[in-house]
Amino acid sequence: MSAPLSLDDLVILLKECAGEDETVDLTGDILDTEFEDLGYDSLALFNTVGRIERDYEVQLPDGVVGEVTTPRALLGLVNEAIGQPA
Amino acid sequence: MTAPVVTGIGVAAPNGIGTEEYWAAVLRGESGIRRITRFDPTDYTAALAGELIVDPAGRLPGRLVPQTDHMTQAALVVAEQALADAEVVTEDLPEYSAGVVTSASGGGFEFGQRELEALWHKGGKYVSAYQSFAWFYPVNTGQISIRHDLRGPSGAVVSEQAGGLDAVAKARRNLGVGARLMVAGGVDGSLCPWSWVCQLQSGRVSDRSDPKRAYVPFDAEASGWLPGEGGALLVLESPEAAAERDAGHRYGQILGYAATFDPRPGSDRPDGLRRCIELALADARVEPSEVDVVFADAAGVPAADRREAEVLAEVFGARQVPVTAPKTMTGRLLGGGAALDLATALLAMRDSVIPPTVHIDQFDHASLIDLVRTTPREQPLRTALVVARGFPGFNSAMVLRRPA
Repeated sequence: MSAPLSLDDLVILLKECAGEDETVDLTGDILDTEFEDLGYDSLALFNTVGRIERDYEVQLPDGVVGEVTTPRALLGLVNEAIGQPA
Repeated sequence: MTAPVVTGIGVAAPNGIGTEEYWAAVLRGESGIRRITRFDPTDYTAALAGELIVDPAGRLPGRLVPQTDHMTQAALVVAEQALADAEVVTEDLPEYSAGVVTSASGGGFEFGQRELEALWHKGGKYVSAYQSFAWFYPVNTGQISIRHDLRGPSGAVVSEQAGGLDAVAKARRNLGVGARLMVAGGVDGSLCPWSWVCQLQSGRVSDRSDPKRAYVPFDAEASGWLPGEGGALLVLESPEAAAERDAGHRYGQILGYAATFDPRPGSDRPDGLRRCIELALADARVEPSEVDVVFADAAGVPAADRREAEVLAEVFGARQVPVTAPKTMTGRLLGGGAALDLATALLAMRDSVIPPTVHIDQFDHASLIDLVRTTPREQPLRTALVVARGFPGFNSAMVLRRPA
């Protein structure tokens, strides 16, 4: 069983997989900020979800990129899949 | 067709990033040819190239870096320079009135190689989603279009090393049917093991190890060419649109253009080079005697050099027009090379100086062409011809005139 995915982990993965919009502050309370407002479009999310699936050895549902719009929702889904509390 | 005006130039070349940095290096005769550093070339038959290193940090938004090959990063830097030089705010232009046309060889080779390696060694889950467009040949057009909100008529051309002229010609046609402004040209750069193997297969890449003797077109010891990375993008506008917004310094006009294709190998018909140059001059309504300088294709392959020297002598008369090949300082830049020659020709006319062809110690065609060698030649220049050939069989020629 993997350790849970934290918001800090997610931010690191987003930056690695899709870069960082210099005009957005990713250090604050962004749990409920839409990915789009954080500068990440669906392809950026797609890339990051693929990376999470590899690193955490989980399989997320096919439609996850279209359905999940905030870090809180994505963390919930990933941690549920790896059997950890969000 | 009304001749479009060039209102902005952006350049990245192995011997200078930025238009004036490049131009100063060219006039100093400074070459960017050196041993490849992006990968270890030791085990390959050739090791020299005109490598371009553009650090995207601070030059490009962080979101663009993971989704772009190094050549697209260079193209984005160059496009921004060109638009800044033209002092145009693209967001202020009417929607769909401005577009992009770039020349490409094959998209992002280094990016593509990295992802194909991931696919091969680890599996599909390890391939970046950005592979979907990063290695695709029109990627530069797409990224420039998105970044600068250029959603008018756009495209990408692939005609090997003639492409830089063909892209600008396509932009000229778009201006002829109503576009107000076009960003056009090419920035290319494929240096990585994958593309290096492909290029070496051609048998036309020089295997010499002395950077001063490896790519020496029109020289008795010519042994092939060296690939390089970089290129140029021009901002083109109809004269009316440029006048309307009081566009600043105009470098010159695209007066004429033509492209031909050679007959199949083994055919007894002549190649298309002479016809191409004559058609371009006719399109520009310019007599050969009016041309003040020719920027040669300068293949570096002996038979191709001889053919080009013969054709120039046939069209202009033996030694009747100065000929130069500043690409001896950069290598041949694939989709970017001919566009860089256009930029160089415009700068030459602006400053009334012909940049030199360097490292030609044993000039072999002195009876046919007057090659400007070693040092720049200062003289007034009003009209320039740029010649470009692409493998296998593309010929393109473009006539430029400096502002009145």
